[in-house]
Amino acid sequence: MFGFVVNRLLATIPVMMIVTIFVFLFLRLAPGDPAAVLAGDNGSPQQIIEIRERLGLNQPVLVQFGTWILGIAKGDFGKSYFFKKQVSELILLRVEPTIALATTTLIITILVAIPIGVIAAYKHDTWIDWIIMTLSVVGFSIPAFVLGYILIYLFAIEINLFPVQGYKPLAEGFWPFLHQLILPSLTISAIYIALIARITRASILEVLGEDYIRTAYAKGLKPNSVLLKHALRNAAVPIVTVIGIGIALLTGGVIVTESVYNIPGIGRLIVDAVLNRDYPTIQAIVILFSFFYVIVNLLVDLTYSLLDPRIRY
Amino acid sequence: MTDESKIQPILEIKNLTVDLPNDSDRIHAIEEISIYVDPCEILCLVGESGSGKSVTAFSVMGLLPKDQLTPSSGTIDLMGENLLEVSAKRLRELRGARMSMIFQEPMTALNPTMTCGDQINEVLVTHTSMNYAMRRAKVINILGQMQLTDLSSIADSYPHQLSGGQRQRIMIAMALVLDPVLLIADEPTTALDVTTQEQILRLIKEIQHNHETAVLFITHDFGVVAEIADRVVVMQAGRVIEQGPAKLVLKQPNSPYTKMLISSVPNFVSHCRPLTKNAPIVLATKNLCKTYVRRGLFQKTREIRAAHSVNLEIRRGATLGIVGESGSGKSTVARCIARLIDPTSGHIYLESYDIAQVSQNSLRALRSRVQIIFQDPYRSLNPRRTVGASIIEGLVNYGMSKKEAYNRACLLMPLVRIDPDVLNRFPHQFSGGQRQRICIARALAMEPDLIIADEAVSALDVSVQSQVLELLDDVRRRLNLAVLFITHDLRVAAQVCDTVAVMHRGEVVEYGEATRVFDNPQHEYTRALFAAAPGRGFDFANVSIST
Amino acid sequence: MTEGIEKIVPPAGSAYVVMRIAKICQQLTRNYSVMFGAIVLGFVIFIAIFAPYLDTMDPGAIDLAWRNNKPGVKHFTILPDGTVQEWTYRMGTDTLGRDTYSRVIYGAQVSLAVGFLVAMLSLAIGLVIGLVAGYIRWLDAIVLRLMDGLMAIPGILLAITMVSLVNASLLTLILAIAIPEIPRVVRLVRSIVLSIRDEPYVEAAVSVGTRLPMILLRHLLPNIVAPLIVMGTYICGSAILVEAVLSFLGVGISPETPTWGNIMAEGRLLFRIYPHNILFPGIFLAATLLAINMLGDGLRDTLDPRMRKRL
Repeated sequence: MFGFVVNRLLATIPVMMIVTIFVFLFLRLAPGDPAAVLAGDNGSPQQIIEIRERLGLNQPVLVQFGTWILGIAKGDFGKSYFFKKQVSELILLRVEPTIALATTTLIITILVAIPIGVIAAYKHDTWIDWIIMTLSVVGFSIPAFVLGYILIYLFAIEINLFPVQGYKPLAEGFWPFLHQLILPSLTISAIYIALIARITRASILEVLGEDYIRTAYAKGLKPNSVLLKHALRNAAVPIVTVIGIGIALLTGGVIVTESVYNIPGIGRLIVDAVLNRDYPTIQAIVILFSFFYVIVNLLVDLTYSLLDPRIRY
Repeated sequence: MTDESKIQPILEIKNLTVDLPNDSDRIHAIEEISIYVDPCEILCLVGESGSGKSVTAFSVMGLLPKDQLTPSSGTIDLMGENLLEVSAKRLRELRGARMSMIFQEPMTALNPTMTCGDQINEVLVTHTSMNYAMRRAKVINILGQMQLTDLSSIADSYPHQLSGGQRQRIMIAMALVLDPVLLIADEPTTALDVTTQEQILRLIKEIQHNHETAVLFITHDFGVVAEIADRVVVMQAGRVIEQGPAKLVLKQPNSPYTKMLISSVPNFVSHCRPLTKNAPIVLATKNLCKTYVRRGLFQKTREIRAAHSVNLEIRRGATLGIVGESGSGKSTVARCIARLIDPTSGHIYLESYDIAQVSQNSLRALRSRVQIIFQDPYRSLNPRRTVGASIIEGLVNYGMSKKEAYNRACLLMPLVRIDPDVLNRFPHQFSGGQRQRICIARALAMEPDLIIADEAVSALDVSVQSQVLELLDDVRRRLNLAVLFITHDLRVAAQVCDTVAVMHRGEVVEYGEATRVFDNPQHEYTRALFAAAPGRGFDFANVSIST
Repeated sequence: MTEGIEKIVPPAGSAYVVMRIAKICQQLTRNYSVMFGAIVLGFVIFIAIFAPYLDTMDPGAIDLAWRNNKPGVKHFTILPDGTVQEWTYRMGTDTLGRDTYSRVIYGAQVSLAVGFLVAMLSLAIGLVIGLVAGYIRWLDAIVLRLMDGLMAIPGILLAITMVSLVNASLLTLILAIAIPEIPRVVRLVRSIVLSIRDEPYVEAAVSVGTRLPMILLRHLLPNIVAPLIVMGTYICGSAILVEAVLSFLGVGISPETPTWGNIMAEGRLLFRIYPHNILFPGIFLAATLLAINMLGDGLRDTLDPRMRKRL
């Protein structure tokens, strides 16, 4: 088991390397001289040369790559062109809303998706299954920003149940914080719920065709204990896998939803950065989200052995 | 049902008909079946695939797939209760307690995410009100009766940690823990190796005797029938063809179908053939080794010696059999010789040319000389290409024009007894036996020196199997081919092989002329293997038909 | 010699192929999911192609006098010859007085073009890489690592990043959306290749001396077609979505071009008062995506039932 953890950790290194190389190359490909951009419109040639010197832009590409990587390892992503601040500082300021949003979304998703997936599988080929599956295709098809505006229109403008837009930090109290988060979280979770409910139903149906399910019936078990004790446990691995892969969807959802609800999180930050060609910030956020994805999927892999005793490393 | 005696049967099926879904090729899965199982007896239900024997068993348990198979008439009485009419709740109470079932494939029939002890325990939780300690004691006790050792650690292990034989014992323990009156065994030993099969058969017989359970035993193997049955029911295409005491049915079957089935079982006696000692050697292996290595940076390097130091010789016109249980390395050797996998070390001489390490490119010229026929006839032909296209593929590869190749294929078809007109059909339009003959035609089209048959008849029903074996032998004789015959079935090996190599754990433990090996096995393992063959003393080939 | 030859009656190969295709078509028309998807998508394709003839005006025509009109408002123009021309803003106008109805109708063009071209491009590239990776062992590890790296970057983020490098034109947009989809195709193709390359019929082809390119073409490709069609449908949907997101965030194709995302981006500011600029393009977008996803589900269930578990 220990060997596997180490191995799996090592296996993430090449993935992370590829991500960093890609992101670094991206900066090199970006049009314009970063030094000129940093110096601003009124920068003199002298200033530009100085900045270039300071950033090490005269050095060979490999050296630059090395210092850049070392910087990242120390949490130094460079200075934002647009916000004129350290990127790491910027991100720290914006990280709370995003984490809050992602966490509530994940909780809502798992609490809703798995039960309805199980019900759909259990009521396979009945109208209940049909309704759940139709709703899930619909949920999967409504883009987050369309759904976001529909929810605002219905629940914030028509019936004044939730605030229209904005964010309240946790420091201002838990309930106001949660109250503000509910609509955005629902917006992101729709697609995620649809995805997880579908995979839950599909993998349970697959398991229900296995021989050991027949054995369980032959033992005289009730249908629902067959479903919960035998089927769900064996269907867990694909479900958890898709929860991990779905993190990518979550990221996309966060970016869009923060724009719709005016939430000052990392998603908004990257949109602002892209609109202003703020390359260091873009780089940092891409790396951050990618590492997050890799780490979540690493954790998913590690849970496999808890879910399925056949997977031993 | 000739003797209407005083004994009340445990299970009595009367006029049972089960319908197939509308779009099937026949209306009923089983039709007007009437059978009974008396207390303390083992009734064997025998038949080829599609005979309806499993459907019968599943109808008793009420485990038929709901919307596909429905019993339409008849009754199934288990000690006076009609199982087709009881409530779902009552049926659940009966399952596992009064009647229970064991299945063919113990690996898939056990839940992989639950420990074996828990799975047995679940039966007790469902049907009894025992407390934990009592249940645990009962689980350990039943495992003990299964002749397992180290009981509590077995109870705490997961199915994948056990061997096939152990798993099947767990299944039996689970079925018998509440002392049911009826045990249904659906091909319980088909997926097991011969030696394990023998142990499990013995166990079932013993347990049946001790617990006085009635057993409905389903099998396709007359060897097993000869070994275990008290009475026999023979089924064909959903109907009962014949039933009666085992000894009578096996020795003097009433119906021609039963006689055909029984006489198709190869005898466990090797027959002498004119020696081929002076024929030239087509293929020889010298110290052939195949080792699989699994490396991990921080994990133990695991080496699996699939084949170790294998030395074999095959002469023109002769058949060399490699026999062994699963995992013995027999298929590895075959696949090395066909160069579908690369041997780790050693030599493979095709005549005098060593093909063990030559590159894929130089190998191509030699490919046509060694052809292989695989086990599963359903997967060895590309389902999206016509059989003709599959047969001529090799010829076209070596530069023959399509037309010429097609003509060649047409000439070849009578040899495998298939109408040349059907070359433009797709594989699934053929039966398993026909497909296997098409595969033989594909191999023959290449005009090989050596044909490797890798379990080529193992997936076929016994009557079809004997046809294909006969065909293969006929082809070998006509074309003076060398054949390497890989099989786990000792009877088949005895029937077709001139020389035999017995493999065990990657090594050849015994190698010699078939008559010598079968009559006078030297190695301990060979003897154990032969002793385990079910119904070995039975002379199947010479049954007589009673009048 | 001909004695004992079995006569087999099933229909000949070519007749069989026709029968099989007919059967698949019949199954497809019976699948409500396919039918719904095909009808709605057919409708969207129709309005995209015939946009100029569907009683639309120039989608870029700005009329500052008629800004922010609610749907249904009538517009009268007195032409020089004295006749009065009546025009109904079916879906209202935006902040620049452009006719939302015309813009929504024309918006279908960009969405469908992006969806279709992205699907074709990523399928083509992914297929080649996947076939090669699945069959050449030493390349497999490298390709897999590269794809893992690419997959680790969330698709929308990668597209946004790439679009930020160069000004978004239709071509760069298609590239930026297609690249993140490639790893999914590669993984699908590779997994099918790996499951089929050990099939006995492929091994049989190897042992009759068939060369690698022919094995890929004859024995592997036919098994990949159905899953690729299904995956292409899903990619098409996801590409349309990503394009809309990019436009909506203001980093997509230039705001003058009528795309559903652009119309919505434009309508964001006055959403509380004039929700129609969000709702109409939103409904069209969601309906198109729903149609494509349902078509995908239906195709998957009929063409490739095994793919169910792969989702």
